[in-house]
Amino acid sequence: MTGPKKLLAVCAGLALVLGLVALLSLLVGSARVAPGAIVDLVMGRGPVEGTERVVILGIRLPRIAAAALAGGALAVAGAGFQALTRNPLAEPSILGVSAGAAFGVVLAQISGLGQGLVEALGLTAFAFAGALVAGVSVYVIAATGRGLPVHTLLLAGVIVGIFFSAAITVLISLVDTNRLGGVIHWLLGNLAPIPAGALGVFAAVTALGVWLVLGKARALNLLALGEEGAQELGVDAERLKRRIFAGSALLTGAVVAFVGPIGFVGLIVPHALRMLVGPDNRVLIPAAVLGGGVFLLAADTLARTVVAPAELSVGVITSFCGAPFFIYLLRSRAGRVMP
Amino acid sequence: MTPLVRLDGVGFAYPNAAPGRTRFEIRDLSFAVAPGEVLGLIGPNAAGKTTVIHLLSKVLTPSRGEIFVEGEPLRSLGRAEVARRVAVVPQDVAPGFPYTVGELVLMGRFAHAPGRFFESAADARVAREAMRLTGVETLAGETLGRLSGGERQRVVLARALAQEPRLLLLDEPTAHMDLRYQAECVGLLRRLNREQGLGILLVSHDLNMAAELSDRLLLMSGGAAVTMGTPEEVLQESTLERVYGCRVVVDKHPATRRPTVNVAWPDR
Repeated sequence: MTGPKKLLAVCAGLALVLGLVALLSLLVGSARVAPGAIVDLVMGRGPVEGTERVVILGIRLPRIAAAALAGGALAVAGAGFQALTRNPLAEPSILGVSAGAAFGVVLAQISGLGQGLVEALGLTAFAFAGALVAGVSVYVIAATGRGLPVHTLLLAGVIVGIFFSAAITVLISLVDTNRLGGVIHWLLGNLAPIPAGALGVFAAVTALGVWLVLGKARALNLLALGEEGAQELGVDAERLKRRIFAGSALLTGAVVAFVGPIGFVGLIVPHALRMLVGPDNRVLIPAAVLGGGVFLLAADTLARTVVAPAELSVGVITSFCGAPFFIYLLRSRAGRVMP
Repeated sequence: MTPLVRLDGVGFAYPNAAPGRTRFEIRDLSFAVAPGEVLGLIGPNAAGKTTVIHLLSKVLTPSRGEIFVEGEPLRSLGRAEVARRVAVVPQDVAPGFPYTVGELVLMGRFAHAPGRFFESAADARVAREAMRLTGVETLAGETLGRLSGGERQRVVLARALAQEPRLLLLDEPTAHMDLRYQAECVGLLRRLNREQGLGILLVSHDLNMAAELSDRLLLMSGGAAVTMGTPEEVLQESTLERVYGCRVVVDKHPATRRPTVNVAWPDR
């Protein structure tokens, strides 16, 4: 199958799966909702009143949208970092980029940024700045002459992550616990409903980040030849690296700002999709947008049903999946450079 | 006629050489490759041959002097523009490269339309023709890791041809090839050179192949040019013995009458 056809087929398939998972997610939860009510609401014929309306439109739909967006953003960020470092284990949380973004968010919250639209943008800017600082630090620590050795990169990521986690703890202990409210819950990844305006900002920033990465997907494929190899074929490797790094950091920052530092999505989803659709970033990245949505939505649906009526944080589910997956990848192909 | 490339007093030093080791550098190098010419670049290890290839493909930038590609300063050309004129055939592909042979050869088309998301049907045709020329079209669906060294080199040569360059920079093209593919490779390069007027800069340890294929040879040592001329002029026993530091016997190929170099093995 040639490129465009394959892209279309893969996207159609994944969109279908995403739709089904979204429907399932709409149906299940601590409050019972009749399937008929959803159909009526979606078709715009009422009268669906009271709790059902609130549960569907006010709680579950925004949450589903946030989960799909965050999952897609994290998966694309993961694919971006992996292509950039030619390392299958690179991922926002493992590289410490998420922790940097989280530090930015906590800093912004403590200095009094709230939930409004302008504040949502400000929060994203702080998260983006934190992600950039963390990412550049990892790069500077890990870059030893030629290339980025796998283990050095991972260690640098862990160290930077620990540093920013400690810095977050310092910030938290400096302020009155009452003002922190949901920070702890948020730090574990929390998809509690986001206001519609903020959701719009989240979607716009995610779109920008995906465009930054996807727009150079063809050149990104050539980067698998190494920087010299890509340059010899006409790729401006320096500019490409800066753009992909900015895009991946922006996606990470947006997710952290709106739903918290959810780990491992950027590791699991691109890897699973690579086995399914191959390494071509022009197909892989659009697939990651949808596949990441499917994965995080499924994880969140699980998180809010397994211990119902209580809720787990979605980050707990992704970490429980991600940690064994990471170990498997580390054992099976740590020595190899890719993709 | 404007040369394909011209180096004019080019100097280069690697910025951060390991402490204790001698700083490797290229010193005051000047030469040109004419359209349709085959220039062989020979010399012992660490003579600076591969560095010259990196300089010509703009992977490295000279610290002194100037490089011209078809009369234009290399530093004023964009990377894609360089890659449309100059194609590199490196010694090997990065290990773990995940794409198939067909996909790799198609990557050679990038420089012709960097803004295009998917390659066009015309790109696919050029890539197929390049694979046919190097005899790797049956390998199109394989990943690089499953190929032999010689097959990989023919694949990389196909990728370079897909670039439709005017100058080919070859870094040890026959290093992993058995006799049959060495012969085929020489035949192919000669055909490309004669039929399409493709200029070739050939870096090789194989002095006999270089002598067979090249119009002129440039002998380098320690980052500087030692001598340049026809294979007969350059491949002199006294010169080679001084540069390589071992005894050699220069003879003539029984069939082609080109010079051949044989090591005078010690202690017999």
